[in-house]
Amino acid sequence: MSALALPPEASTIAAHVDHLLYAVVGVTAAVTLAIFATIIAFAIRYRAGSAAPRAEDVPAAQARARRRVEAAWTLVPLALFVAAFAWGARVYVERALPPSDATQLFVVAKQWTWKLQHPGGQREIDELHVARGQPVELVMTSEDVIHSFYVPAFRLKQDVLPGRYTQMWFTATETGRFHLFCAEYCGTDHSRMRGDIVVMEPEDFARWLEGHRGASGMAAQGEVLFREYGCSGCHATQPSAQPGANASVHAPSLAGLYGRPVPLADGSVVKADERYLRDSILLPDKEVAAGYEAIMPSFAGRIGEDEILELIVYIESLSDTKGRPQ
Amino acid sequence: MKTAGAQALSTVRTAATRPRTARRPRVAEQFETAVQQRAAATLGMWVFIATETLFFGALFFAYAIARIQAPDDFAQASRHTNLVLGTANTAILLSSSLFMALSVRAAALGTRQAAVGFLVITAALGLSFTGVKLAEYALDYREHLVPLVDFAFDPRHARGALVFFGLYFATTGLHLVHLSIGIALVLGLAWRLLARRPGASAEHVAIAGLYWHFVDIVWIFLYPCLYLVSRA
Amino acid sequence: MTEAVRAGDGGVLGERGELALHPPASYLEEGFTIRSWLTTRDHKRIAILYALSITLFFFIGGAAATLIRIELATPNGDLVSADTYNKLFTMHGVIMVWFFLIPSIPATLGNFLVPLMIGARDLAFPRLNLASWYIYVAGASFTVAAMILGGVDTGWTFYAPFSTLYSNTHVVWVLAGVFVVGFSSILTGLNFIVTIHTMRAPGLTWFRLPLFVWAQYATSAILVLATPVLAMTLVLVAVERLGGIGIFDPALGGDPLLFQHLFWFYSHPAVYIMVLPAMGVVSEIVACFARNPVFGYRTMAYAIIAIAMLGFLVWGHHMFVSGQSLYAGTVFSLLSFFVALPSAIKVFNWTATLWHGRITYEAPMLYALGFVGLFTIGGMTGLILAVLALDVHLTDTYFVVAHFHYIMVGGAVSAYLGGIHFWWPKITGRLYSDRWARFAAILLFFGFNATFFPQYLLGIAGMPRRYHEYAPEFQTLNVLSSGGAVLLALGYLLPLVYLSWSLVRGARAPANPWDATGLEWRTASPPPKRNFAAVPVVEGPPYAYRPSPAGIVRAREGTA
Repeated sequence: MSALALPPEASTIAAHVDHLLYAVVGVTAAVTLAIFATIIAFAIRYRAGSAAPRAEDVPAAQARARRRVEAAWTLVPLALFVAAFAWGARVYVERALPPSDATQLFVVAKQWTWKLQHPGGQREIDELHVARGQPVELVMTSEDVIHSFYVPAFRLKQDVLPGRYTQMWFTATETGRFHLFCAEYCGTDHSRMRGDIVVMEPEDFARWLEGHRGASGMAAQGEVLFREYGCSGCHATQPSAQPGANASVHAPSLAGLYGRPVPLADGSVVKADERYLRDSILLPDKEVAAGYEAIMPSFAGRIGEDEILELIVYIESLSDTKGRPQ
Repeated sequence: MKTAGAQALSTVRTAATRPRTARRPRVAEQFETAVQQRAAATLGMWVFIATETLFFGALFFAYAIARIQAPDDFAQASRHTNLVLGTANTAILLSSSLFMALSVRAAALGTRQAAVGFLVITAALGLSFTGVKLAEYALDYREHLVPLVDFAFDPRHARGALVFFGLYFATTGLHLVHLSIGIALVLGLAWRLLARRPGASAEHVAIAGLYWHFVDIVWIFLYPCLYLVSRA
Repeated sequence: MTEAVRAGDGGVLGERGELALHPPASYLEEGFTIRSWLTTRDHKRIAILYALSITLFFFIGGAAATLIRIELATPNGDLVSADTYNKLFTMHGVIMVWFFLIPSIPATLGNFLVPLMIGARDLAFPRLNLASWYIYVAGASFTVAAMILGGVDTGWTFYAPFSTLYSNTHVVWVLAGVFVVGFSSILTGLNFIVTIHTMRAPGLTWFRLPLFVWAQYATSAILVLATPVLAMTLVLVAVERLGGIGIFDPALGGDPLLFQHLFWFYSHPAVYIMVLPAMGVVSEIVACFARNPVFGYRTMAYAIIAIAMLGFLVWGHHMFVSGQSLYAGTVFSLLSFFVALPSAIKVFNWTATLWHGRITYEAPMLYALGFVGLFTIGGMTGLILAVLALDVHLTDTYFVVAHFHYIMVGGAVSAYLGGIHFWWPKITGRLYSDRWARFAAILLFFGFNATFFPQYLLGIAGMPRRYHEYAPEFQTLNVLSSGGAVLLALGYLLPLVYLSWSLVRGARAPANPWDATGLEWRTASPPPKRNFAAVPVVEGPPYAYRPSPAGIVRAREGTA
């Protein structure tokens, strides 16, 4: 371990976080030591029986000086606080907004395992292979309770919630094996819900992807599910707006849908992102698109989180732009 | 040594100036004066009301979040509440507050019998509210609207409706408990006033009034939240 | 003693300034039966009932902590099973927070001292005070029942949906226990607010009150406003758990973040319930042993109020990585820095109280100085956690565990022990061995740092909290921490020994052994049942420690 017990820096954001940590720890430690030194100095100088001047020996004209000292020890810390806040907020926001060329990977947490899937269909359990230097965005959900995806070497952590997607992005800067910990207490084997992030050089990673390729990529698997679950019966997927086999059912086309704003029946507009797609599958009455009836059945209880993610990747593939939330 | 004449004079003077509500209140041993005791009792009730506001406030907050998340379910569920009984109850409770206020005024003026009478009417109206509410619960039960007990609702809205009715029974139940305590308080106070017992004075009536009005105000917020969601 | 107090209403000032006409029997001698204790309305006796109860629970919670630290000495889970471990840290948290820390200073020292410090004969509602204690006992019974039935494994934070749907333990019993004990807190707070507003002695204006009273007042405001929200939140958890009504569980249409918002809305102010009374105690002790008025008295009072108010606005800093919006995160971070400012000012003011003082180092002063040191470290690490980008790495790790133990244990418990030692002569009428007490205080300080400082490094290194087993590279720091815990435990056990000894063999205490200001020192040790023979009238500011004109030094011991 390096200075201050920090793990190695293995992501682009880690260095920023560490600089901030050193600065804040440095200043707080210095102030703490100054306070302690003052206390000890006073404790010795003004102990009972010493010859130091006492309160009654000191003129009252010190009142103005006192007020200035009090103002100083109020305003200086305040200024330091605001500075620390601002710097921390900047790095925080930077860490939250992924670059547009990030590869999307999918994480499903369940007691007490991490299931990860690459767009090419490669599945991993408790391990995630990534390429050094390649930005990666994790789209995460839980099948049961709240978990938290924590990689100390990246200085990154994000709670993983049931019923919704949370995101975390990173660019690994060092090759090697780095701890993955679950950081939100989730039951009996919370402390065993661990794994590794394996960072490889891009060429090695490409070879790994080839070697572990499943029968098909996530989009292709999603397309299979799209037919199996009957989605293709109502939803068109071609830009030429051909109606589905069941021509009497009026359902929105999914071509080019992903990333676009969608006007809803109640007048509001939402972005067709992962959350919208997931909710449309599980809670179709929640956000009905404008101009359509609320007749889509819910697939809640019939479809697993992994399958939803594959469907989402398929629907994303129907858009030519990969719009990312900015 | 007082002459008989002087004695009579002093009796007259005392009787004219003593409030007719009750004897001078007994000062508990931790207090120095009756004024202090009164101030403490009043402030105590206000602080208690503040805590109660936070109790109900937390439930209202949960209601707000649940309603924002499932507005249609809440609208549908609200339509199944009994508007007639709910509105009747609102009228009953508001009237009871009127009589409570009249009682407080009567007690302050020293008209003890009027104060007792108004208190009794207040309690009677409170009991009416309770009766109507329990009848309403019975009707809700028959319509399968009681969570955990044979709950049945239109499947498209069942999830949110279950939350709505869970909150409905929780909040109205909690309100009913508070109202019952209020009724007991009011009746006890009426009896002590009537029997000229210590522990019953204009100040006690005022403090009971604070509590009663608070219970009423909670209902004033509950009524539109529960009965009027989609009935405009 | 130059404090401006005169006896009102026919009383006389004794030689040392006590207000006594004919010294009556002490409150301890008003009835020796158990029944007289269990039906008492005397705030002093109720304080002792509370003291005994919370001490019992402190050691139960401490036993859980001992097992945890023994288990964590090795990376593998070889002492207890994972489920047992999870139950241990849950019960440790539940017991320490709700059955020890929250009642500790308010219900023991607060109950005993607030009426005395304001010159009153009791609290405003003595029967309500006794009821508060019985409610505490009822709540404690539910919790003990849960422990006997096998314990609970949700963590003291009861996060949904684990607590509502997935835990297989007796969650509702503990929820009931905490719900019930919450009413004890609320009623105590109500009692203090009314008492402080309406029963101050003549001449005792707000800005003549001791800071301990200000602290109790602000704490009571938080108790009264925050606890109801916790109560309702726990009810909703129980409703969801028992009835499957989806408030927090997404599978039932609920929102797991709603639970966190509701829970932390109470639980953040709760930490100020735990620390503000400690700050009040420290002000009293530092002023007395430095023989100086507290520096910047008005600022200190305003700081107490500011901490209480701002404390309600920062709960989201427990949720920076929870999935709440970035915008909410930035607002909560900024506000968290603001709430740190009045605390920092208090530390500076305590330091400045030493300036030009005449300082002695009896045990209470050592505990109080220990508080200042450990609270400063804990507070600084709180600032580190308030920095958004740093919190992402450090939240849910041992860094947070170390931070709150520095404040709660290094801070609040040290102050509690300091207060017990400071007011022990007043409460019991006995003196204890200062030599043993100083040794215990120093042992505690070093044991505490040895136990918890390594945990900051563990957090920075990435060890998550609530881990039964951990990666082997964390072992060295864990062993250091467990070793330190041995010293800490000794530091806690020692006072039990010499304080109990003092009850039996200690010298009788005079009314004012520390030559302290404050109305509580103007009556006998221990006080009579009605506190004062005559109600005092206050004519000057508190902390009148400034000695008389130059040349006269008041000796501490042996003053007639």
